[in-house]
Amino acid sequence: MKVGLFIPCYVDQFYPNAAIATLQLLEKFGVEVTYPLSQTCCGQPMANSGYEHLTKGCNELFIKNFEPFDYIVAPSGSCVLHVREHLHDPANEEAATVLRHKVYELTSFLTDILQVKELNARFPHRVGMHQSCHGQRGLKLAQMSELVAEPFSKPGSLLKMVKDIDLIDLGRVDECCGFGGTFCVTEEAVSAKMGKDRVADHLHHGAEYITGVDMSCLMHMEGILNRAGSKVKVIHIAEILNAQ
Amino acid sequence: MHESTKDHAALAAEFNKDEQRVNWHDETLWWIRQKRDKNVHQLPEWEALREAASQIKFNVLSNLHDYLLQFEKNATANGVHVHWAADAKEHNEIVHRLLTEHKVDRMVKSKSMLTEECGLNEYLAEHGIEVIDSDLGERIVQLAKEPPSHIVLPCIHKKKEEIGDLFHKYLGTPANVADPQILTEAARQHLRDVFLTRRAALTGVNFAVAETGEFVVCTNEGNADMGAHLADVHIASMGIEKLIPERKHLGVFLRLLTRSATGQPITTYSSHFKKPRKETPIHIILVDNGRSVQLGRKEFRNSLKCIRCGACMNTCPVYRRSGGHSYHTAVAGPIGSILAPNLDMKKYKDLPFASTLCGSCSNVCPVKIDIHDQLYKWRQELVKEGYTPAAKTISMKLMAQTLSSPTLYNAAGKSGRFVLKHMPFLVSNKLNPWYKEREMPEAPKESFREWYKKNN
Amino acid sequence: MNVARVGANRIRPYAANGIQECTKRRTFKKMNSRDKILSAIAANQPERTALADISGFKGAEENLQNKYAAVLTAIGGRIYFVKDENEIAATIAAQFPEAKRIINLVDNLSIGNFETVISDPEIHNLKNVDLAIIKAKFAVAENGAVWITEKEVQPRVLPFICEHLAVVITDGIIFPTMHEAYQKIATLEEYGYGSFIAGPSKTADIEQSLVIGAHGPRSMSVFVKV
Repeated sequence: MKVGLFIPCYVDQFYPNAAIATLQLLEKFGVEVTYPLSQTCCGQPMANSGYEHLTKGCNELFIKNFEPFDYIVAPSGSCVLHVREHLHDPANEEAATVLRHKVYELTSFLTDILQVKELNARFPHRVGMHQSCHGQRGLKLAQMSELVAEPFSKPGSLLKMVKDIDLIDLGRVDECCGFGGTFCVTEEAVSAKMGKDRVADHLHHGAEYITGVDMSCLMHMEGILNRAGSKVKVIHIAEILNAQ
Repeated sequence: MHESTKDHAALAAEFNKDEQRVNWHDETLWWIRQKRDKNVHQLPEWEALREAASQIKFNVLSNLHDYLLQFEKNATANGVHVHWAADAKEHNEIVHRLLTEHKVDRMVKSKSMLTEECGLNEYLAEHGIEVIDSDLGERIVQLAKEPPSHIVLPCIHKKKEEIGDLFHKYLGTPANVADPQILTEAARQHLRDVFLTRRAALTGVNFAVAETGEFVVCTNEGNADMGAHLADVHIASMGIEKLIPERKHLGVFLRLLTRSATGQPITTYSSHFKKPRKETPIHIILVDNGRSVQLGRKEFRNSLKCIRCGACMNTCPVYRRSGGHSYHTAVAGPIGSILAPNLDMKKYKDLPFASTLCGSCSNVCPVKIDIHDQLYKWRQELVKEGYTPAAKTISMKLMAQTLSSPTLYNAAGKSGRFVLKHMPFLVSNKLNPWYKEREMPEAPKESFREWYKKNN
Repeated sequence: MNVARVGANRIRPYAANGIQECTKRRTFKKMNSRDKILSAIAANQPERTALADISGFKGAEENLQNKYAAVLTAIGGRIYFVKDENEIAATIAAQFPEAKRIINLVDNLSIGNFETVISDPEIHNLKNVDLAIIKAKFAVAENGAVWITEKEVQPRVLPFICEHLAVVITDGIIFPTMHEAYQKIATLEEYGYGSFIAGPSKTADIEQSLVIGAHGPRSMSVFVKV
C-alpha cells in the first residue's frame, strides 16, 4: 500500500515532531510512505477567508503531488476536510474526485483502512482529548454531542489502546477552541476567550497534556497555556500513539 | 432595529471587556443547550423527525407559490382577511392602515421577530401609535430601549438587577428588588391592564397550514392568546416561508420546536387560529421582504426552512461569547448571519465571518439547515461582490501565489519562515492580534521537510 | 390600577360598513404586491420535491397514564386520576377553598357557576375569575398537553384569563405523541380555534429563572377519569 504523506504547512514548519510521529506510526503498520517534497498547502487559509477562487494553484499542485498514491494521509482533520469538500480542478476533475475520496485524516486511516486493533504505545500521563470541529463534525471522527446517535470515537478508540494513559473527562466534550483560521485574528476577543475557556476545562479536570487530531487547535491552546505560564503541554495524537 | 457603525468583531470586543459577564452569558445559554440535549435524547426518533421536517420544508419551498394560494383561499373561506406585503415598509403601512380603520392608537403585541425585522414599533411610534410588547422579555428590552438580543430569549443579555432597576423606574416596583418572582408578578399586573384595555393585538405566526388556512402561535406566557382574545382586531404577521402543507405536519414541527428552543417538550400554549371569533376580524399579513429573492439563491434558499427556535444561537460558541447585539441585526447568531446578507450585503458583510465554522449550529438545527456551509458560501459571495478590504485581497493573492509554487514556498526556507510571513494569524508582527492573549509557537531547529530530506 | 373603569368605558365594535370600505380599498393595493410576490416565487422556487411520509411516527402505547403524569408534573401541572365527578368536585373544593368566582363548563360537576357562554362584550369582566373548570378532548403523554377547542371552551380567553385552571379529560383519552393527537383531531368536528395547553403559564425571561404564572393561570390541574 502506497501512501502519500500530506503535512500541513504549519505542521511542517512548527510541529515537525507531529509529522515525524505520523510517518513512523504508518511505517510501523507496514505502509510504504512517501512525502512528496513539492507539496505546499491545501488552500484552506484562502478558501475559509472567502477566496476559494484563489486556490486553483494549490489544487493543481495537490493533484500533481498526490495522484500516484493509493491513499493520502495527513495528521490534520481540518486540512483533510478542506480537500474532501473543496478539491476541484476543471481541467482534471476526474482525478480531483478520486483524490477527494482517498484522502484520510490519520486516526480514521488507522481505524478504517488499516483497522488497527492494538498499538505498541505507552503514555503514562493524564490527557485531555480536544475534539477539533473539522475532524469531528466535518469528518465525523467521533459522535457529536448534538445528535441523538450512538457514541463512538475513532481517535478515542486509539488512545484507549495506549498503555497507562489516563484520559480525563471534560465539562464540554466537543466545544470549539475558537481558532477558526483567520477568525483568531479578525475576531481576536471572542477567539481568545473561547481558547481560554477550552483550556480551563482541560485544566479543571487535571490534564497534563491536551491532545487532538489538529495541530492548529492545539497551537491556539498552546499559545494561551504559554501566556498563562502553565506547565500543561499540547501534543499531537500521533505522538502519543507513537510514544514508547 | 439596532443601528451601529461597528462590525461584529468590534462589538464583540466591547462585550468581552467584562469577562465575568461573558462567562455568565455563556453559561446561561449553555445551560439551555444542555436542557435541549437532555430532552431530545429522550426521543430515539429525533434524527428522523429532523429529517422529516427538513423534507417537509423543502417541499414547501419547492411549491411555495401554490401553497400560498391554497392558504389564501382557505383562510379567506374561514373569514380571515389576507394581505400581502412585498417589503417591510408595506407591512408597516398595512398594519398602520388597519389600526387607523379601527380607530386604534394603542396596540398590544406578542412576540414577532418579523415585526423586529420590519422595524414596526418605530414606524408606528412615528405615526403616533403606541405599541406595548407583551412577552416579558420583549417588554423588558422595550423599557430598556434596546432591541431583543435573542429571538426566543429577548433579554438573555440582561441581569436581574438591571431589570429590577427598569421595573422600579417604569413599573413602580420597590428599589433594589431583583427577585424574578416579584418582577414577573409586577409585569403580570402591568400587562394585564394592557391586555384589558388594548383594542388591537398583533401576534407573530409560528406555522400556517395551507390545507386548512389556520395558523399556529406558540407561547409559554399566554400573552398571544390574552392579546388576541381580548382585542377587537387581531393582526397576525408572518413571513411567507412559515407555511406547512398539512395540519398533520404540525405534529412533526411542534415536537421539534420547543425541544430545540428551550428543552421543554412543548410550549405551554400552541394555539390554532382558524376562524375569527364573532365580530372580531383577523387580518393576516403575508410578508416577503427579500424572501422570494433568497428563494432564488440556490446556495442559500435552504435558510428559509428556519422555524426560529434559536437553538443555533444557544449552541454557538461565538454567539454565547459575543452577545446578540454584536450581530447588529434583528435575527442574531448563526442563522441571522446567513439571513441578513440576503437583505443587505454591504451592511452585514461582517456576519458570515463571525464564526469558526465549527458546525454545531447545523447539528442542532431541527430542520437541518446547513448553516455553517452557508456561512462559508456567503464568504465566497462577499469576496466576489467586492465587500472585503483591499489589503486582505492583496495578502491573500500573495499567499496563494506562494502556495501555488513549490519553488517560492521552499524559498521561504527554513522552519517557521513561510508561516510567519504569510499565515494571517501568525504573521511576525507585534501588532498581530494573536499576541494580545496568546504566545507565538516557537520555531523548531528544523522543519519536517528538512528532517525528511536528511533521513530519507 | 383601575382595570374595571378603563374596561367599562371602552368603545365597542367598529362600524360594519368600515370593514367593507377597507376591503374595497385594499383589493387594488393587494393585487399589486400579491402578484409581484407570487411571480417572484414562481420564478425562483426550485424543482418540486416530494413530501416526507410521516405515517411511521408513532409513540409507544404502554404506560401512558404514568408517562403523562410524570411529564405534566415536570412542567408544573398537577394530575389527578379520578373515578367520577364527585371526586373532582371534592378535590377542587379542597384545593381552592379561597376561590370566589368559579366558572365551570363541565357537565354533572356540582361546583361553581355554570356561566357556560359569555358573550364577547363581556369577556373583559372575566378578569376576576379565580378558577375555570373546562373540558378537554384528550391529553398527550409526551408533553403534558391537553387539547381544547372553542366548542367546549367559550369564550376563547377563559383558560388564559383565569387565575387557576382545571381541566377534565372527560373520555380519559391519552395519546402517546402529537402524531396520534393530530390523527384524532382529523376525526373531530372542525374548530374555529383550538389550543394545546401544557401546564400553567410560565416564563423564564429573567435570567432563565422559571416563574409560574406569567400572564395566564398560575396553576393547571388535570383530571383524568379512569
